Amino acid sequence: MSTIHPDEYGARRAAGLEGAPIEPVNDPETLDGTIIDDPSTRPPLVLNDRSFHDITNIVCGYAENKPGRWWMPVFGLVATIASIGGLFILYLLITGVGTWGLNNQVDWAWDITNFVFWIGIGHAGTLISAILCLLKQKWRTSINRAAEAMTIFAVICAGTFPAIHVGRIWFIWMVFPIPNSNAIWPNFRSPLLWDVFAVSTYATVSLLFWYMGMIPDLATLRDRAHLEHMKNPNGRRLLPFLPVTVSRFRASAYGLFAVGWRFSSRHWMTYERAYLILAGISTPLVLSVHSIVSFDFATSVLPGWHTTIFPPYFVAGAIFGGFAMVLALMIPARELYPNMKDLITVRHLENMAKIILVTGSMVGFAYSMEFFIAWYGGNQNELFAFINRATGPYAWAYWTMISCNVISPQLFWIKRCRTSPVWIMIVALAVTVGMWFERFVIIVTSLHRTFIPGQWGMFYPTIVDIMIFVGTIGIFLTLFMLFLRFLPVFAMSEIKNVTPQADPHAGHDDHAHDDDGHDSTHAQTEPA
Amino acid sequence: MMGLLTRSAPRTVYKTEAGEVVYGMMAEFATPAEISHAAEKVRDAGHSRWDVYAPFPIHGIDEAMGFKHTPIALACALIGLTGAGLGFLLQWWVTGQAYPMVVQGKPFTAWESFIPITFELGILFTAFTALGGMLAFNKLPMFYHPLFKKERFLRVSDDRMIICIEAADPKFDPTKTRELLESAGATSIELVEE
Repeated sequence: MSTIHPDEYGARRAAGLEGAPIEPVNDPETLDGTIIDDPSTRPPLVLNDRSFHDITNIVCGYAENKPGRWWMPVFGLVATIASIGGLFILYLLITGVGTWGLNNQVDWAWDITNFVFWIGIGHAGTLISAILCLLKQKWRTSINRAAEAMTIFAVICAGTFPAIHVGRIWFIWMVFPIPNSNAIWPNFRSPLLWDVFAVSTYATVSLLFWYMGMIPDLATLRDRAHLEHMKNPNGRRLLPFLPVTVSRFRASAYGLFAVGWRFSSRHWMTYERAYLILAGISTPLVLSVHSIVSFDFATSVLPGWHTTIFPPYFVAGAIFGGFAMVLALMIPARELYPNMKDLITVRHLENMAKIILVTGSMVGFAYSMEFFIAWYGGNQNELFAFINRATGPYAWAYWTMISCNVISPQLFWIKRCRTSPVWIMIVALAVTVGMWFERFVIIVTSLHRTFIPGQWGMFYPTIVDIMIFVGTIGIFLTLFMLFLRFLPVFAMSEIKNVTPQADPHAGHDDHAHDDDGHDSTHAQTEPA
Repeated sequence: MMGLLTRSAPRTVYKTEAGEVVYGMMAEFATPAEISHAAEKVRDAGHSRWDVYAPFPIHGIDEAMGFKHTPIALACALIGLTGAGLGFLLQWWVTGQAYPMVVQGKPFTAWESFIPITFELGILFTAFTALGGMLAFNKLPMFYHPLFKKERFLRVSDDRMIICIEAADPKFDPTKTRELLESAGATSIELVEE
């Protein structure tokens, strides 16, 4: 009995019988063939007619093969930055928060700015994995894994700041309702405590969601390592003196986390339902988390903070900043690993650019509405807070924020900009900077000139402030580099599921190159 | 469950020529469409202990295999509501009973400020149930399975599609099952040892 491979072309290519695939499309109109404005035409989600096996090879290849020469220097650099940041955190813990630039007037500055910045970054990951899943946006499958990973790493960075800003870190357990011999309990009416619950729930749920999505892909890596071990039981050893081969070790390590997943359809059914439930609960969760973060400010009486627009405005800003970070990570990754371009097409980038344009405009609307209400509300202090933002000593920060967040995304009205990786990268970096400044402006400019002019002051960051923030960027990138190296960067099973050959109702034409004429499953490039 | 209550007839144990106990018979199919049709045939032949293995959830395979619903949504709802209830109770007890403190002159047990944490704990419990329930209902982790010994099966995680009918299935018969799988268009058939 012969074995017929579902995709002969892919098999031939894997065996070296077929050369490089199709010439890459480079059309001025459709770029890589995915920029099609006609809504009746569905552009391909995976380019070059990749077979299932090709997708497995591409994605597992990142975790199995030695990375490019760039990996080690980049990893070394970001890990060094992370370690320096860690040393500064240690210094802070030993010495106290007096090493920060805080003073009596500005008693929250970089710590909370960084916290809100990082937690906001995470929101794009949950949006992609949860909300776009519920909306059945199939293009999410190529970016959701990386975006979810980014969420978790960003939440790790975010969680650092509230923990270290309490001053006496050894009392941090008091934020949790733990019975203690002093018989004291936390204040459940404080938004700061809501924040503890919201952020820890968010971190946990994101981790569970990420892990559950990864189980089948970890099983793929396990099986490939196992096959490799069967083929070559005396392969390269993990360490020269250990009788364990690399492939054996990989099979065990991935196997442990793959919990014996065996791709059973009975399992898939429960799995898909559980995944949908997780997506369903993550959607209100992500909206609640940044709303609760904004309550930290909105429920106070400080001019500039005490506004009802904060929850939706914060959520829009979080998604805005998060998508910018996804792009800022994926565009370089796509250049460094060229075959990623088959999975993350220009269409994916364009879609994300459009989301940046929409959320950026929402944020711009919120900025102007805040200003309008400050004037229309007739509260002198409120109006002063806003005029001070735009013209006071921190005006440079305010106008940086406006130009990065409101003006720069407007470039995406131009098709050439929102389909060009270079332009998208520039705007994404600008937005990331702008979103950091947004939080800085909200926090510091509201605090530094409050009701009594005698209390007015300025905030200047110290080297400890700066290095801890830079250090968290290092931590974030270090974790992301490790993710790129060792874990499935794309949700393989989900990508396979959105390819045309996965459709069981498409007759028997599953070959990438089928010349019997009825390739109805493939993207139609001619208008329907 | 029924097996515990009523003593079922002892099943026939099949052995290979080498004397190993047979776990089942697995057959490979080339495409999602073919395996869907094959699954319909196996379902219609009245098999109960069998499964389709594919690198992704094939659209409509639950219908082709004749599944019933999975109870995971109910479990999530019940445990999620329990979590929310516990969250509310915790706050009500702490703020109203254990450690009453005047905050902004509000009544000690004013429920409005308890909503965010009640909601978050409901979500947290639901999420744990979704993952834990998925594993529990699927009887995972299970690190050993007879199929893992088959090299062909290890390629399911890449691009293969396999149907395996267990020998424990009352309708299993080495000859008839092979004929059924062959007529369904299997490209290769082999026995799986326990």
